[in-house]
Amino acid sequence: MKLKARVIGIGNDYQSDDAAGRIVARRLKTWAPPGTEIFEETGEGTALLEAWRGAEDVFLIDAVQSGAPPGTLHRIDVQVQPLPASLFRHSTHAFGIAEAVELARVLHQLPSRLIIYGIEGERFDAGVGLSPSVEKAVAEVEARLRQEIGTRSSHA
Amino acid sequence: MKKKTIRVDHLARVEGEGALTVTIKDGQVVDAQLRIFEPPRFFEAFLRGRSFTEAADITSRICGICPVAYQMSAVHAMEDACGVQVAGPLRALRRLIYCGEWIESHVLHIYMLHAPDFLGYAGAIEMAKDHADIVQRGLQIKKAGNAIISLMGGRSIHPINVRLGGFFKMPTKRELASLTDRLLWARDAAVETVRWAATLPFPDYEREYEFVALRHPDEYPFNEGRLVSNRGLDLSVREYDEYFEEEQVPHSNALHSKIRGRGGYFVGPMARYNLNFDRLSPLAQETARAAGLGPTCRNPFKSLLIRGVEVVYAFDEALRLIAAYEAPEHPAVPVLPRPAVGYAATEAPRGTLYHRYRIDEQGTILDAKIVPPTSQNQKVMEEDLRRVVEKEIDLPQEKLTWRCEQTIRNYDPCISCSTHFLRLEIRNEMG
Repeated sequence: MKLKARVIGIGNDYQSDDAAGRIVARRLKTWAPPGTEIFEETGEGTALLEAWRGAEDVFLIDAVQSGAPPGTLHRIDVQVQPLPASLFRHSTHAFGIAEAVELARVLHQLPSRLIIYGIEGERFDAGVGLSPSVEKAVAEVEARLRQEIGTRSSHA
Repeated sequence: MKKKTIRVDHLARVEGEGALTVTIKDGQVVDAQLRIFEPPRFFEAFLRGRSFTEAADITSRICGICPVAYQMSAVHAMEDACGVQVAGPLRALRRLIYCGEWIESHVLHIYMLHAPDFLGYAGAIEMAKDHADIVQRGLQIKKAGNAIISLMGGRSIHPINVRLGGFFKMPTKRELASLTDRLLWARDAAVETVRWAATLPFPDYEREYEFVALRHPDEYPFNEGRLVSNRGLDLSVREYDEYFEEEQVPHSNALHSKIRGRGGYFVGPMARYNLNFDRLSPLAQETARAAGLGPTCRNPFKSLLIRGVEVVYAFDEALRLIAAYEAPEHPAVPVLPRPAVGYAATEAPRGTLYHRYRIDEQGTILDAKIVPPTSQNQKVMEEDLRRVVEKEIDLPQEKLTWRCEQTIRNYDPCISCSTHFLRLEIRNEMG
């Protein structure tokens, strides 16, 4: 049986680069191979616990702000390492992604594989549209996910 | 001369980020400031020139923490401008979707953000290690609130079904009835939540506040009513700007609200409860009394209990609305633009959310004013902080710092629209 994969793009379309994760998700919607679901979320943590429920392989994409140059990509396998809360300094949510991941770990609700792609953002103020460096990183994550999920599907 | 500084670089468990400083000199608190760095007024600039039909969607998406509240204040203000009043089942459905948002917001705050303070945990994750069953209960109750919003708002991360004059699509009676069993379970779990919360150790702290909330002749308030206070205010929402003003303070870019000639005031669950206890359902009142609450409560730490009581009420009200629902003929009534100013205040989970719009004959927005609950509570939060520190000045600094953070979290502040980092700093100047 094919394992279920889920791509969850996180962000706010009206806060500039914060939309990056959701834009990746939207671009993958027309491509997703069978057994792959694409979701969009705001990043509210308890909703994320629901969003990945029932999926084996989960890919979360979100804009982050850790101090690295804009457009920098972070890839974290949360089964291997804790998610540094410092990545999400811009988060509007008191209980956000980092908290959801660590709570899920305690409650044994983590998917068997959870990969987080963080795209370093430049601007998080009210507005629509990505910075050029973030736009480039969005294309890069999209390509990587096509490969990662494609490889996974052909092996399943 | 000795100087001591306590600093917390990031205050966790509040929506958004800002900074807070308490300065103590010779054992006296000389200053308590909540600092907000960014101007929160960008909403208004974003709205100018857009259509009156777009305000609900735009304002709810810019913020995103309590989208239903923004949608409700926006549609009611626009309908006020256009001389339309939405009644009957459509009005009831608006109350229903608001019930869902109160449940989601309050339960998140009770279980994930506030309870850890009282139990001595750094957060919900640490609390879950010892009390997994309690945290799971919170998650399940919150999910029931989410089920209401998903059904009413459309299965999207933002409710997309709300429009001027009503909704795009109405639920059938059967669809709503399908929620009943789940809501009955969750209502029991909400009563249990209050029972459990009543056992938490609440700091002994009370003071006199001016509470401000909507009050309706028959209902616990969501979308309608007069703005009243426990010190005699009783006005129509259209008079809001005559009685309330916003002022610039040097330490914050966010405007501070005050009652003209009086000063700070308190909005939110505590205010609603104190001004509307008699409008709560019998079960919600009984749950409050069993938890040791009377019809008035002036201990802001007990806002956790009051949120719990409001969750019981919201389930009760949702069940009542669902049982009484008969689908209307049309999902919305027509709303035609005219040059006018429209006003609305609704009760967001965190308190009164005021919207005012001026539109032209085509419905283009000429200007907008939005006053969120957190900016209204800023003065009261600072004053609480000052008094709590004065009262507990002998606590070791670590505990005092914790108590300060807990004091801020009593208000479930949402400053995400206007701030970056909330740092807490206590300066202790001894000289």
